[in-house]
Amino acid sequence: MLDATRVREDFPILATGSDGRRLIYLDNAATTQKPRRVIDAVRQYYESSNANVHRGAYALAVRATELYEAARERVAGFVGAWGPESVVFTRGTTEAINLVATSWGRAHVRAGDSVVVTAMDHHSNLIPWQLLCREREATLRMVGVTPEGAIDQDDLRSALARGPRLVAFPFVSNALGTINPAAELVRMAHEVGAAVLIDGAQAAPHLPVDLQALDCDFFAFSGHKMLGPMGSGGLVAKPALLDAMPPYQGGGEMIAQVWDDRATWNRIPHKFEAGTPNVAAAVGLMAAMDYLDGLGRGAVAAHESALARGAIDRLGELDGVRVFGPRGDRSGVVSFVFGGIHPHDLATIVDQDGVCIRAGHHCAQPLMRRLGVPATARASFYVYNDVSDIDVLIGALRKAAALFRVSV
Amino acid sequence: MSGALAELYQQLIIEHSRSPRNQRAVAGANRTAEGINPLCGDQITLQLRVEGDRVADVGFEGSGCAISKASASLMTGAVLGKTLAEADALFEQFHQMVTSRADAPVSDAALGKLAALAGVRAFPARVKCASLAWHTLHAALAGGGAVSTESATE
Repeated sequence: MLDATRVREDFPILATGSDGRRLIYLDNAATTQKPRRVIDAVRQYYESSNANVHRGAYALAVRATELYEAARERVAGFVGAWGPESVVFTRGTTEAINLVATSWGRAHVRAGDSVVVTAMDHHSNLIPWQLLCREREATLRMVGVTPEGAIDQDDLRSALARGPRLVAFPFVSNALGTINPAAELVRMAHEVGAAVLIDGAQAAPHLPVDLQALDCDFFAFSGHKMLGPMGSGGLVAKPALLDAMPPYQGGGEMIAQVWDDRATWNRIPHKFEAGTPNVAAAVGLMAAMDYLDGLGRGAVAAHESALARGAIDRLGELDGVRVFGPRGDRSGVVSFVFGGIHPHDLATIVDQDGVCIRAGHHCAQPLMRRLGVPATARASFYVYNDVSDIDVLIGALRKAAALFRVSV
Repeated sequence: MSGALAELYQQLIIEHSRSPRNQRAVAGANRTAEGINPLCGDQITLQLRVEGDRVADVGFEGSGCAISKASASLMTGAVLGKTLAEADALFEQFHQMVTSRADAPVSDAALGKLAALAGVRAFPARVKCASLAWHTLHAALAGGGAVSTESATE
């Protein structure tokens, strides 16, 4: 069991203020707060180890390089990757998916081919494929979502029957909290010869992830959603695929030899890391992974899941609440609408009680259209939240109802 | 409840958001524009029938938060029957009001009921909700088309 009260002590931004109030941060699907350990790691890196990596002959540069590569190994271990060479550091999930759509996509997707995404994908796992398919005159096939918030298996089978080049889906939905049966989906896609990209932005922070067991081809994640610094994250891919892919961006670091009119490429993963990387972010991410492992990732998943169930129960006490997504097993994301009050008004009103919730389309406009709502309110929980946060949220929602004269 | 929140969600705003005026299609409309706020998904379609240089009728349809709905409702009431030059002047005055500092004085004489929306100034994230309808009006009178709060300067 997680003791959220003790966990909060590690997060400076969550400290109780002089007015006796504290931040009730429930927008963790957007980004997470940072423990002192991560903040210290970033500061210590700049105070004692900062140099450019992979090129200096002096001890300081060697130390920076060693830290950066240690972070890479740490990521590989954290997600059960095929080895450190399968980890490409990026600014986050979005850049990782764009890398695959641009590099792998242009090399493999031709006119008349199809690429499959789902109606619960975040725009970051949709727009790169839209761009690719437009450019290649390929078909983008969006698989539907059931009323319970699961990927529609019949629709998926029909999309797979066409023999797509690639299937992309989110491990965990950022708008619904659905935990997709990733291993099963990977197996189905591989059976028809499709490559698989998993958007792991909402999975890596919350669930134990074992990519070798999942057997997906590409996995994208963001460090800032798992207690790490903004600008940290990566693409994790099977080494043979990375090896065969053309470069994404050109520049320093990604080359082996350069002539006037041509060049050869560095070995993977460096071939995909043009320019000076965000070493401090990688070092901070390493500290975040240490912190999460210290809490226990099974315990983290159980804690969030219990909070989500508790929040759904408490929301059910209010008349006029509609909660989206699965009723059973789910991650710590709870999307809802309430009393005909627009989610933006709800978010502004509960903010007065120090409660941060998200309102809007959650970068999933196709999903919102299917749910028949322009926007939802979303509370998403993490390691420092507990039932007292849910109490404050419910109290704040009652105030919103009073303001709008909605009976609850 | 904080004073700023009470100011934002004052009676007139709540009332107009729950029972918006002129939320309807306009018969014989000859000016139209669509406005969206991509950050939150608010969407408004504004129709006007301009006769001579006057706004003979105006109506809006769409979905949005209480602030954007109330603003559209109040706006349609304010510009109905006005000349195009008067409507344009109101647009400028409203724009100036919502983008001014939260403690700047508001001219009730010029703005009338529209002054009720001055409360958004204390909530920078909500200013675009209040101005969506007005930018859409501006686009409709300038020839129609689509307008996005993300291409407006606020």
